[in-house]
Amino acid sequence: MSESYTPQELMVAVAAREIRDGDVVFVGMRLPILAYAVARNSHAPEARGLFEVGLMRDQPASAFLGTMGDPPNVAGALWATRMSNAMALMAQGEVDLGFIGGAEVDRFGNLNTSYVGDPRRPEVKLPGSGGGADISILSRRWVTLMSHEPRRLVEKVSFVTSPGYGDGSPGWRKRNGLLGGGPVAIITTLGVLRFPEGGGEAYLASVHPGHTVDEVAAYTGWSLQVSDAVSETSAPTESELASIRRFDPEGFWTRS
Amino acid sequence: MGLKVMSMAQAIERFVPDGATIALGLALEPLIPFAAGHEIIRQQRRDLELVGPISDALFDQLIGAGCVRRVTAAWVGNVSEGLGHCYRRACEQEVPHALEVHDHSNFSISLALWAAAWNVPSLPTRTLLGSDILRTNPDLSVADGLVQVKAVRPDVAIVHVQRADELGRAHAWGPLGVSEEAGLASGRIVISCEELVDASVTLSDPNRILFPETKVAAVVPEPGGAHPSPVQGFFKRDHAFHRDYAERSRTVEGFEGWLRQWVLDVPDRAEYLKQIDPDALRIKHHRPSVPADFGDE
Repeated sequence: MSESYTPQELMVAVAAREIRDGDVVFVGMRLPILAYAVARNSHAPEARGLFEVGLMRDQPASAFLGTMGDPPNVAGALWATRMSNAMALMAQGEVDLGFIGGAEVDRFGNLNTSYVGDPRRPEVKLPGSGGGADISILSRRWVTLMSHEPRRLVEKVSFVTSPGYGDGSPGWRKRNGLLGGGPVAIITTLGVLRFPEGGGEAYLASVHPGHTVDEVAAYTGWSLQVSDAVSETSAPTESELASIRRFDPEGFWTRS
Repeated sequence: MGLKVMSMAQAIERFVPDGATIALGLALEPLIPFAAGHEIIRQQRRDLELVGPISDALFDQLIGAGCVRRVTAAWVGNVSEGLGHCYRRACEQEVPHALEVHDHSNFSISLALWAAAWNVPSLPTRTLLGSDILRTNPDLSVADGLVQVKAVRPDVAIVHVQRADELGRAHAWGPLGVSEEAGLASGRIVISCEELVDASVTLSDPNRILFPETKVAAVVPEPGGAHPSPVQGFFKRDHAFHRDYAERSRTVEGFEGWLRQWVLDVPDRAEYLKQIDPDALRIKHHRPSVPADFGDE
């Protein structure tokens, strides 16, 4: 089975399952664009995609997207507008789910996409927030996707671009005035980490086929909590894979 | 011809002096005025402040070419490929020189521009609460449980559109990103366009006019001026071009070779376009909207 799909295809399928029917989804870039298409074509026909460039859609674009601003994403849109209008919906709590890519994440779901090391003279300058910080603070719930490596899942992020549950203390988000509920999942190349209701520390909820709990723990930069009910992630179905390959026919996002 | 119509070389010469604060790449991934950016590099502008949300690879190129003193942006990189290698070298190694960064999110850069557009010192927002961006950007502060985003006022906004007339009434369609607030916030606006059209075309649909003509200082007819970014109804995004740039810009030598090939050794956009196959990128299936009826009596 492990030969029949790539880790990225599995991540897209898992991300798609996070989308509930009727959700307004702040889609973001790369794999989440495909996740929206998969969900919309399976269990979430009423899900709407909102794109910070200034677009809302109720169906995936008819052709491959290299970016959310590509012409096929505009044709057939429900709304083509300015970015601040898309942000207005999120500021009112009307975005149910957002996706954010990350370079580093810690056990409380805080994401870094800005600086590795001292911001005044960083070891690595990452591209920055984009809309990530906005999604993390304002959307009702959010999910991040990343490659599972010890340098990415770290004890402490050097910079909190997009806050998760802060220092992990109960009520941290509310106390600091953050509107949305926070992260619900970290989907990686090895497994799925989830957060307890109301926030706190991430725990391992499922392990992708072909990997083990010990392996996931070894690739995590903190002492990873493991759910008593840890399971194997369901492999992508034939229909999920068909959707993914239809919208990424050359494997630009999922096979390179 | 109106007095506003000029070549890109003239527009940059007149409206983008050394030290200027310039807003560009304002529709996020589409309509990025790459031709304007390349002319700025050819004219060796220095000490610029770049303002924008996400300018795909254009900010990276201007930084690598040594034109930039400060970046005020939400994201600098290469949207389909990831990291901006010139941006990294500037921040990590001061190559070609040091760079000041004022980090924003997409929402906060929009608010900074709206604040300037409305002529107020700052605007409050709930975004960025709990983010370390508050620690590194001196233009952001917290008061009464809200973030105050200080106004950012560019000297000039450079905007690529589908069509404009010679007096600067510009029609753009598709998602607009922060184009409107950036134009209103700026001292003046330089338009580059795929098509220079008669005023009867632009005035037939005043809702689609992006800016007040009083703000527009220059109109540059520049077909293909947004390549490799997409232009709705005209051009697709050139993904392979972005990948090639990402690979070659990994090293200083590679970037310099790229810059010679695509910028320094080409006099203008018309010559640049001879190096690509524009027809392969041209949109061929058109979807015109139904005209709106502006009938009045």
